[in-house]
Amino acid sequence: MRKILLFLSVIIVGLIFSARLFYLQIYASDTYSLYHDNAIRKVYDYPKRGFVYDRNGKLLVANQPSYDVMVIPREVEPLDTLEFCSLLKIDKEQFIAKYNKAKRYSPRLPYVFVSHLSKEDYAVLQEKMRKYDGFYIQKRSLRQYETTIGANVLGDIGEVNNADLEKDSYYQIGDLTGKQGVEASYEKTLRGRKGIKFIQKNRFNRDIGPYKGGTYDTLPEPGKDIKITIDAELQAYGEKLMQNKRGGIIAIDPSSGEILTMISAPTYDPNDLVGRKRSKNFTRLFKDSIANPFFNRSLQGVYEPGSPFKLMNALIALQEEVITIDEKITCYRGYKYAGEFMGCHCPSGTRNDLIRGIQESCNAYFATTYRRILDKPKNASEGIDVWSEHAKSFGLGDFLDNDLFVGQKGRIPNRAYYKSAYPNSFYSTYTISNAIGQGEVATTPIQLANMIAAIANRGYYYTPHIIKSIEGETLPEQFTTKKQTSIDKKHFEPVIEGMLQVYKKGTAKYLQVDGIDICGKTGTVENFAIIDSVKTQLTDHSIFVAFAPKDNPKIALAVFVENGYYGNRFAGKIASLLIEKYIKGDITRTDMENWLLTHSLENEYAKPHSGLPFKINRETQLQVIPLPKDETNR
Amino acid sequence: MRQTDRHFKFDWVTILLFFALVIFGWFNILSASQTGDAIEYLNFSNPYSKQLIFIGLTCILILLVLSIDGKFYERFSSVIYIIALLLLVGVLFFGKTINGATSWYAIGSATLQPGEFAKAATALAIAKYISDLNTDIKNVKDQMQTFIIILLPAVLILLQNDTGSMLVYGAFFFVLYREGLPKDYLNIILFVTIVSTSALKFGALPTVVVSGLFLSVFYYFRRKKMKLIQPIGLLILCLGLSFSIQFFYKNILQPHQQDRISLWLRLEKDPTKLEKMKKTFAYNLNESEKAISSGGPYGKGFMEGTRTTGKFVPEQHTDYIFSTVGEEWGFIGSFIVILVFTLLILRVLHLAELQKSQFSRVYGYSVAAIFFIHFMINIGMVMGLIPTIGIPLPFFSYGGSGLWGFTILLFIFIKLDSNRINEW
Repeated sequence: MRKILLFLSVIIVGLIFSARLFYLQIYASDTYSLYHDNAIRKVYDYPKRGFVYDRNGKLLVANQPSYDVMVIPREVEPLDTLEFCSLLKIDKEQFIAKYNKAKRYSPRLPYVFVSHLSKEDYAVLQEKMRKYDGFYIQKRSLRQYETTIGANVLGDIGEVNNADLEKDSYYQIGDLTGKQGVEASYEKTLRGRKGIKFIQKNRFNRDIGPYKGGTYDTLPEPGKDIKITIDAELQAYGEKLMQNKRGGIIAIDPSSGEILTMISAPTYDPNDLVGRKRSKNFTRLFKDSIANPFFNRSLQGVYEPGSPFKLMNALIALQEEVITIDEKITCYRGYKYAGEFMGCHCPSGTRNDLIRGIQESCNAYFATTYRRILDKPKNASEGIDVWSEHAKSFGLGDFLDNDLFVGQKGRIPNRAYYKSAYPNSFYSTYTISNAIGQGEVATTPIQLANMIAAIANRGYYYTPHIIKSIEGETLPEQFTTKKQTSIDKKHFEPVIEGMLQVYKKGTAKYLQVDGIDICGKTGTVENFAIIDSVKTQLTDHSIFVAFAPKDNPKIALAVFVENGYYGNRFAGKIASLLIEKYIKGDITRTDMENWLLTHSLENEYAKPHSGLPFKINRETQLQVIPLPKDETNR
Repeated sequence: MRQTDRHFKFDWVTILLFFALVIFGWFNILSASQTGDAIEYLNFSNPYSKQLIFIGLTCILILLVLSIDGKFYERFSSVIYIIALLLLVGVLFFGKTINGATSWYAIGSATLQPGEFAKAATALAIAKYISDLNTDIKNVKDQMQTFIIILLPAVLILLQNDTGSMLVYGAFFFVLYREGLPKDYLNIILFVTIVSTSALKFGALPTVVVSGLFLSVFYYFRRKKMKLIQPIGLLILCLGLSFSIQFFYKNILQPHQQDRISLWLRLEKDPTKLEKMKKTFAYNLNESEKAISSGGPYGKGFMEGTRTTGKFVPEQHTDYIFSTVGEEWGFIGSFIVILVFTLLILRVLHLAELQKSQFSRVYGYSVAAIFFIHFMINIGMVMGLIPTIGIPLPFFSYGGSGLWGFTILLFIFIKLDSNRINEW
């Protein structure tokens, strides 16, 4: 025993030390990473974010410098809080709250302490910054919008959230990333790659030189500039016309699928979401759940298409050879089926062929056509699948494989869709509302515009897209290949002739523009809202689709104006003006322009929320407003 | 034949382990004291250049120690001891104060720390005294005389305000115990250590309750005859000690001493207070643990330690040199260093037991015990297992006096050991 006491002690101490080493270096030690080493300062060098230009090279989005005060809590030393707070223009409670929040996030990672300092505050603070260990200033680049239009197109950038941080290790807290629109869908192109410098620190938090002579440092890679397909002038004009209205507009160049205009109303000034005022404005816009300005109606608004869908039914009927161009169908102020009745505005006994059917938007004509399509095979169960496949070949009922940040599928029903409602028997009359674009069919404005582009092209379309060109890159193939529809080219001419007649003699007779052959189609869609758990009918949506000129079309568009009543009342006028603006460059139909600018639908939108009973459609009174100031001065 | 044998009489294993530690130690000093500029071996303002000189002089010292006849150390041990004591007294009057301790003679820019040499001198004196035929360590009077031999240098060093080095003299307990010091001493030390640590860590009452249970079980299964008064007496002692140590901790210790103990025993749970400790007196320890931990299993590589390069651990090339090993060489390197130290101490211990003369055995035992105390306190401190006590890691820490002191201590034993065969 006497001999082994020291012997044992040495061995035991040796074992305890080994265990402690194991605990410190293997069990409790994180995998070593230069990024987490607090002996190494990481200095990020943010590159210039790419600029955004419109299709004509007009600069839309540029950059402006911004300064954030960052904190790394575990490196903070006791400081003169009072002075620091007054420099940052915050009070002590805010200081403590922010500091604790930073610490909870992580004691060793940088956290944004105060964001977006003004240039003046930055100048004063920079001089004194060295006094505050653990705090530093990070220069970033903010967006500078050179325009007030296109908020829904351009989108915005904002601080990354936790989901972004988890998804992509590139980001660090406080980094900015695209949140909506082009900023989001082209984030990786626009952001470039930030550079990083590793700097060896000593225990007084002073830099003593580049870590390993800068071997691991990287240079920032500037973001690429992009050109988008939007025509800024047309976009601005459309947004002006859509003031005091809600809805969505998409205009496409049919020869390329380029989106010329993407309007969602109401909209906001993109500059509202930049810098210090961002968070206040964001909350305001985000909380406006009634007007919902962040909701991109042109991409996300799913509406029943109404009468424009009759064009689709006409094309399918011709392709399936269930009607001929000359066959006349009699309308008895509507269509009787299975003991029910679908009304129409034609005088009783009117005999319409295909072209007049389109021109007058005859419900009876298209109810008959639709039933013939479905009943052509043995039974309607097969017929509706044939019908559905034709419609889907126009890109309806599915996400268009595009480069837009948001979207909706819409809906083109088939037999499977109706399985739960009609498990056994299925007749063409069950779904007859689809004949006139109501019932179960639903589309977004961009889908409908694309359908019109395919009609304008007589049978094919290019996937609608927003990117025109990226510095030093070619566009992906998906945007440059033709997508063929399942309808033969020859069947388009009569339908287009019908659309032309809509302007010449039909429902859009008063919307003509001199010198341009416009082909169009009106739509008036019933819609309902649940008010106090009662399904209540609201004033119809005003819808219009068109393309022009008839030969070699340059623009195809779809206009939705919520609760605007009949198609040519709001949507048709807007469509005609946009076409004239795009093709001619200026406006001759100033009467229509003035009418649109002096009529507001705000009253109409307020009604369902007023809690009072209200009237719709024909029984309503349109709200007249004075002409906006800049217009009267003109 | 006898001519060649002469060279192999020295224990080459010990010598090899010694050089391994000195050389690896120097590389770590280089890493810990480099400034990021080009390495200049001949610029003697750098610790690593100076240490290179110290190592060179050490080699000469080794030859000197080995060339002196072994009998000399035994014969002149008293003289050496007295000279050492005089040097220790002298330093109190003429010494230079560095880091609060008046432990250095300054000759120009060179300094010498007599305390580092006093350990060897005391070891010689103890060996001489115990191996004397008239000494019987079981005899209380002789025990007292032994204690005085140990305490004289220890107290002088305490007067220099070098508490750490004083504690090293506790190493002699192992030597005395080996040579027959009554078992009661060990029992008392163990009893006091365990009961007071437990009373501070777990509280007085739990300690007494657990001891009570333990003692009753022990009494119930007793083999020898034992009066009931013995365990009851022990329990009363335990009770008294537990409460008085708590009283002592709470009412007599200074706040900063309390803090050290509470940090060591992990008594402080309040995170803000812990943070404050890490910023103040526990700064070194905290940085040292972080540096070791950041090394991970394989380390960051020689001269690649970011915390070492950034000089995050103060005093890293002296007392905290082991944190450099931890950061740059990782678990593997640190483990090997611990292994080599353990092997060296065990080797010396093994050789001591082989000695034929009691003088050599006691001296060898002292050498092993002194190395052990240094090893345990220094590395224990750097890894946060022991309260902060500033003593160097033998052969590793920067400093000439320390290196020479340990070298002399070790090589006198190697010389004595080499005479083993001649002694019949």
